[in-house]
Amino acid sequence: MNFDFSSEDRMIQEQVRRFLSEQSPLSRHRSVMEGQSLQASEVWRGLADLGLQGTAIPEAYGGVGAGYLPLCLVAQELGGVLAAVPFSSSVYLATEAITCFGSTEQKERYLPKLASGEWVGTLAVSEGPQAPSPTNLTVTRSGNTVSGKKLVVPHGLVADFAIVLVASDAGTDLVLAGLEGVECSAVEIVDPTIAAATIDFAQTHCESLGEPGDGWAMLETVQHRAAVLYAFEQIGGAEQALNMAVAYAKERFAFGRPIGSFQSLKHMMADMYVALKLAESNAYYAAWALQNHASDLHLAAATARVSATQAFQLCARDNIQVHGGMGFTWAFDCHLFYRRSNYLALALGGLNEWENKLVDALPSAVA
Amino acid sequence: MDFTDTPAETEFRQTARAWIQDNAPTYLAAPLSGSGFGSTRTGDFDPIAEAKKWQKTKAEAGWACIQWPKEYGGRGATPIESVIWSQEEGVYSKLSGTFIIGQGMCAPTMMAYASEEAKLRYLPKLASGEEIWCQLFSEPHGGSDLAGLRTKAIKDGDTWVINGQKIWTSGAQHSDYGILITRTDPDVAKHRGLTMFFLDMKSEGVDIRPIKQANGDSGFNEVFFDNVRIPDAQRLGEVGDGWKVALTTLMNERLAIGGSIATGFPEIQALVSELVLASGPASGDQAVRSKLADWYAKSAGLKNTGARAISALSKGEIPGPENSIGKLVAGGMMQDIAKFAVDLQGLGGLVTDPAIARSQAQIQAMLMRSPAVRIEGGTDQILRNIIAERVLGLPEDMRADKGIAFSQIPTSQDAGAG
Ligand SMILES: Cc1cc2nc3c(=O)[nH]c(=O)nc-3n(C[C@H](O)[C@H](O)[C@H](O)COP(=O)(O)OP(=O)(O)OC[C@H]3O[C@@H](n4cnc5c(N)ncnc54)[C@H](O)[C@@H]3O)c2cc1C
Repeated sequence: MNFDFSSEDRMIQEQVRRFLSEQSPLSRHRSVMEGQSLQASEVWRGLADLGLQGTAIPEAYGGVGAGYLPLCLVAQELGGVLAAVPFSSSVYLATEAITCFGSTEQKERYLPKLASGEWVGTLAVSEGPQAPSPTNLTVTRSGNTVSGKKLVVPHGLVADFAIVLVASDAGTDLVLAGLEGVECSAVEIVDPTIAAATIDFAQTHCESLGEPGDGWAMLETVQHRAAVLYAFEQIGGAEQALNMAVAYAKERFAFGRPIGSFQSLKHMMADMYVALKLAESNAYYAAWALQNHASDLHLAAATARVSATQAFQLCARDNIQVHGGMGFTWAFDCHLFYRRSNYLALALGGLNEWENKLVDALPSAVA
Repeated sequence: MDFTDTPAETEFRQTARAWIQDNAPTYLAAPLSGSGFGSTRTGDFDPIAEAKKWQKTKAEAGWACIQWPKEYGGRGATPIESVIWSQEEGVYSKLSGTFIIGQGMCAPTMMAYASEEAKLRYLPKLASGEEIWCQLFSEPHGGSDLAGLRTKAIKDGDTWVINGQKIWTSGAQHSDYGILITRTDPDVAKHRGLTMFFLDMKSEGVDIRPIKQANGDSGFNEVFFDNVRIPDAQRLGEVGDGWKVALTTLMNERLAIGGSIATGFPEIQALVSELVLASGPASGDQAVRSKLADWYAKSAGLKNTGARAISALSKGEIPGPENSIGKLVAGGMMQDIAKFAVDLQGLGGLVTDPAIARSQAQIQAMLMRSPAVRIEGGTDQILRNIIAERVLGLPEDMRADKGIAFSQIPTSQDAGAG
């Protein structure tokens, strides 16, 4: 037994950290937020130069074949700097879906281009202000075409193709659809750095991913796998939010003393730390379960997801509180973490949904 | 990263499992599994006698305190092996409650500070459960503010003379020995005038009086010292270094209490799986499910955090203040769970008669014991202070006792007089 990442994995993490601290400062995130560019495309290319999009993609398909453990640590680093790149949608979701369910031909066509960062993929599931379910989908498939409107599609504005959850004669399907020529329009959401889109499919050409009728089950599999990686982004963000709070609390004085010496603030930050530690440890276990196809992967993923969502939301929220009025300004970075924490909390379905998945996955009680 | 056993670990696990199967007191398995935190249920058998018997059986076969060196009564096992052992010991580990303070806190302090002769004399008997130890730290005027303690030790030739009072001393009434922190110099700052000893609890002048607890048990005691003499050879650490020695004990206390701490999760899960509410099965109720998920995530988080601490230990890292989170999370969680579990059962949930209440009234025992978890071994507030100051590096609290001699520190009498 050994409950820590290897030193090789840590080296990759260190390399990514160095790259991101130089190339992806929060000011870059901010320029995306303020609309100067859709995404930080030079950061995306830099990550590709390091081969990171292909970390877990097998070498046979143009990836590095290093597995999920280093990918988790990459995710943690990206989460910490709130990198404005479509990594989560393209790598954790689209790549995973094709790796798990694509035909050999589809893998050969898509994975090398995903690995090199040349193509960006995304997953189009949500259709508006109501959680999707197998019975309420309005986007439909008819033969080789898909029609209807998906909203919100994360990174939809920069994606080359989408994997779309659709209603079909078989029930629900996942289909692959190229986005060239398809109407994609920007939609404002709480986190403006994820190039969110409304996509209007109008008899757009598509092909099946996996078996028709298996759409919902495949989606669940992909989301559980992605949940582990999202959890690492969340703990990366939570850690940075906590660091910000601690640093500010040491510097800012009120009543003749640093505000960090006030016990109510200390205890608030202690609670942030506790939430972060629990989330981190659950994420570690889930990383192992993902890499090793553990039989309890669903439980481990849901557990990591629940803890990480709680931790990032708590840390981002209370980081603002520690900063007082400064924390509520546009100029200070606190809201960037708050926005991102809310996006990541909902990206794969909200806390409530994951609590249910967790309970469903629990082994039955020993009375 | 590998959460499974290596071949050597598998072999160790099988050896441990086979030995437990052949030797464990299986007749106690049922009552023990109904034990809540802080109580050991042994049915018709005497809990202390049964605890000593199991401990001795283990010690004779080399399965007691397996992480300790062999010459002190252990097995020289690795940290991972000791995790495997405790997983395999399972429900029988509940018999170890009587020894936790001695083995988990006093022993590491003895290992760090006692003479070799004393270690060879005392540690093997502590491991085998022949002798029980207690921790004489807290006082009426020194709990959270432990360094505010007033029990006096004055040197007289080769011995020290002790006068004063300890309180909340768990298990003192069953103990043979104890580690004792005293004030040897009131005229320096409070942390600097302390000295640690170990003593024979049967010494003349030691008076032990059990205190009845809020839950009706009498686990802790008042201990009075009236001119008790302790040989200087039983001093642990230098004169005036008692605070440093105490930190060794307290750090291990948090590991011992926090390491494999009960959270109440299995109990609430079992209850939810069988309970039917007005709205249908409790397991289908959204509010119940949401809480269950939250508590599972927390208890898994503690378990996985513990696993990481063990890995760090295996690499030779010293357990740090981050281990304070175990008891902090588990204590509050256990109290919340007990309250929620009782609530789900309506007024009938308050029945404490083990013959009527579910699972031998385990939940009700938890409800009444859990407030103590948030106090003993450092209160929730003190643990948060430790995390904030020692882990996150936040500035110290403003303190009214900083930089002045112990004898000059304001007390509640001063406040009353003012
Ligand atoms: C069941 C049980 C078993 C115990 N067993 C032992 C034992 O075997 N040996 C032993 O030596 N002791 C033992 N104790 C004592 C225990 O360690 C103390 O009770 C504990 O440290 C709190 O001290 P106190 O009771 O003096 O409370 P106080 O220190 O008076 O605390 C009262 C309240 O003030 C708060 N407070 C105090 N200081 C601060 C601060 N700086 N910041 C914020 N809040 C603060 C506390 O959190 C608490 O809420 C046991 C206690 C219990 C309940």
